[in-house]
Amino acid sequence: MKTLRTSLAIGLIVASAAPVRAASAPPPGAASCSGCHAATSQAIPNIYGRDADATRSTLLAFRNGSMPATVMTRIAKGFSEDEIGSIAAWLATQK
Amino acid sequence: MTHKNHTSRREFLRTAAAATASLALASPSLAQSPARVVVIGGGFGGASCARALRQLDPSLDVTLVTADRQYVACPFSNEVIAGDRAIEAQQFTYEKTAAAGIKVVVQMAQTIDPQARTIGLADGSTLRYDRLVLSPGIDLRFDALAGYDEAAASRMPHAWKAGEQTLLLRRQLEAMDDGGVVAIVVPANPFRCPPGPYERASLIAHYLKTRKPRAKLIILDSKDAFSKQRLFQAAWQELYPGLIEWVALSQGGKVTSVDPATNTLVTDFATHHVQVANVIPPQRAGRIAEIAGVTDKSGWCPINPVSLESTQVPNIHVIGDACIAGAMPKSAFSANAQAKTCAGAIVALLAGATPTSPKLINTCYSLVAPDYGISIAGVYQPRNGLFADIEGAGGTSPLDAPRDVRAREAIYARSWFETIGAEVFG
Ligand SMILES: Cc1cc2nc3c(=O)[nH]c(=O)nc-3n(C[C@H](O)[C@H](O)[C@H](O)COP(=O)(O)OP(=O)(O)OC[C@H]3O[C@@H](n4cnc5c(N)ncnc54)[C@H](O)[C@@H]3O)c2cc1C
Ligand code: HEC
Repeated sequence: MKTLRTSLAIGLIVASAAPVRAASAPPPGAASCSGCHAATSQAIPNIYGRDADATRSTLLAFRNGSMPATVMTRIAKGFSEDEIGSIAAWLATQK
Repeated sequence: MTHKNHTSRREFLRTAAAATASLALASPSLAQSPARVVVIGGGFGGASCARALRQLDPSLDVTLVTADRQYVACPFSNEVIAGDRAIEAQQFTYEKTAAAGIKVVVQMAQTIDPQARTIGLADGSTLRYDRLVLSPGIDLRFDALAGYDEAAASRMPHAWKAGEQTLLLRRQLEAMDDGGVVAIVVPANPFRCPPGPYERASLIAHYLKTRKPRAKLIILDSKDAFSKQRLFQAAWQELYPGLIEWVALSQGGKVTSVDPATNTLVTDFATHHVQVANVIPPQRAGRIAEIAGVTDKSGWCPINPVSLESTQVPNIHVIGDACIAGAMPKSAFSANAQAKTCAGAIVALLAGATPTSPKLINTCYSLVAPDYGISIAGVYQPRNGLFADIEGAGGTSPLDAPRDVRAREAIYARSWFETIGAEVFG
């Protein structure tokens, strides 16, 4: 509930002022991650509320194949560097 | 229910398109009379969408109309058929949906008037909507395969909607003598869960190998290629050599008629008398879609992929198996991803804004054995009125992966089901 209020408030600022911060908006693709990832999920790691830079570099490493994975290598290739940056930043704001 | 409650309201929230929520808040009209959104069908698409709508905008008046008090999930139901899992692990209810502020109406929706924006329910009552979401899943076509009508399904189960049919197929396999032949009849595309028949064949083979080692399984297919084919076939060779025979369309696999009285399956090339016949018939969108006027002549529903709104009837959105989603397969994963996209778009549209172009993911895991998982993934975006594959992304698990990778994918598959179950049903 608190999260929603905060999101709405931030969203409202974005909507009414210049679209500088879109921290609370799930960028394209980010809503699909929760099909597999949850704060409480068992085998698949939690990705929410973590350092944005760390998530970004992990996703980029999945994308260029330097970090081996079962499925993330295939998923990360669907996103540009910019999109990955936005997703990582957004995930960091989520709990 | 063995299923644990993992997802809080807060967690679910992040999955929804919060950006669009701001637009709803900015809309002054909503303060006076809350917009009414009705969702028909409480499965992976509909139950997800109802939740996402409420989480995005708690002022929305959201009603979920669904046929039964209990939902029985298909993913992992092939393990129930193989005897490795209890049906209870597939069962979900709507208490937590109601607790999230959604009105849950357990009724069949029977009529839809798109002009008046009303829905007629089986008990004679009427619901009004500003926006309607249809996620009715599939109807099995009992007019498409000679001899295969609704009565035939009690002798030759489809088990393509989970529940009694799943248990019937399980019982038939248990009752079969060692040395018997099991047949799986597979329709042409498109149909619900493209890798599903082959996962089923694998897990039944696993059961037969351990319990009825002289039995055989034959797949009579109306196609010449199938999802994750090379992975499945390599695994069959490795795990179940000589047990599974796949008969492709070009080899005479297409079944043209069935006789439930004698358990006979007829193709242009041969007549198969089998002990257990699992007939998966052709399918179309759930009937209510046709009643609403959102189906085209294929029996499925064309949509705008940005908003999931019908291209035929305004204010009606179609998600999940019923919609024509281009490269996105008919899966629970897709239905859930489309539901979240659709909820964001509806909140934007109700506020008079234009929904932004989305990206969606799908991943279908299949078990070839209880500890042997494979997957196919895709990332999609709207192009030419459909969801198109993003080139270079997605694809299947590697053909040459070692067994420990297969074991990890089986564990991730189970983790996926736990997580998505919690996200959809609370
Ligand atoms: C054997 C098998 C295995 C599968 N495995 C997987 C898997 O591993 N991964 C995966 O992602 N997908 C899997 N699937 C596919 C998945 O089950 C479907 O894609 C998914 O259920 C589609 O969701 P939906 O919301 O479109 O429809 P459904 O989940 O079928 O929900 C539709 C609901 O609407 C209700 N309804 C219909 N009409 C009305 C009406 N007029 N009024 C009221 N209620 C109505 C129905 O009763 C039903 O409850 C599998 C399917 C099968 C058969
Ligand atoms: C089909 C299930 C699935 C989906 C969908 C999915 N992931 Fe993953 N994710 C995994 C799995 C499984 C792993 C473990 C690595 C592997 O084997 O791929 C993982 C690992 C990760 C990691 C590394 C976490 C760590 O601590 O090591 C990050 C970051 C991540 N995913 C981000 C994402 C993002 C962002 C999305 C959405 C764009 C996403 N994932 C969608 C299954 C999924």
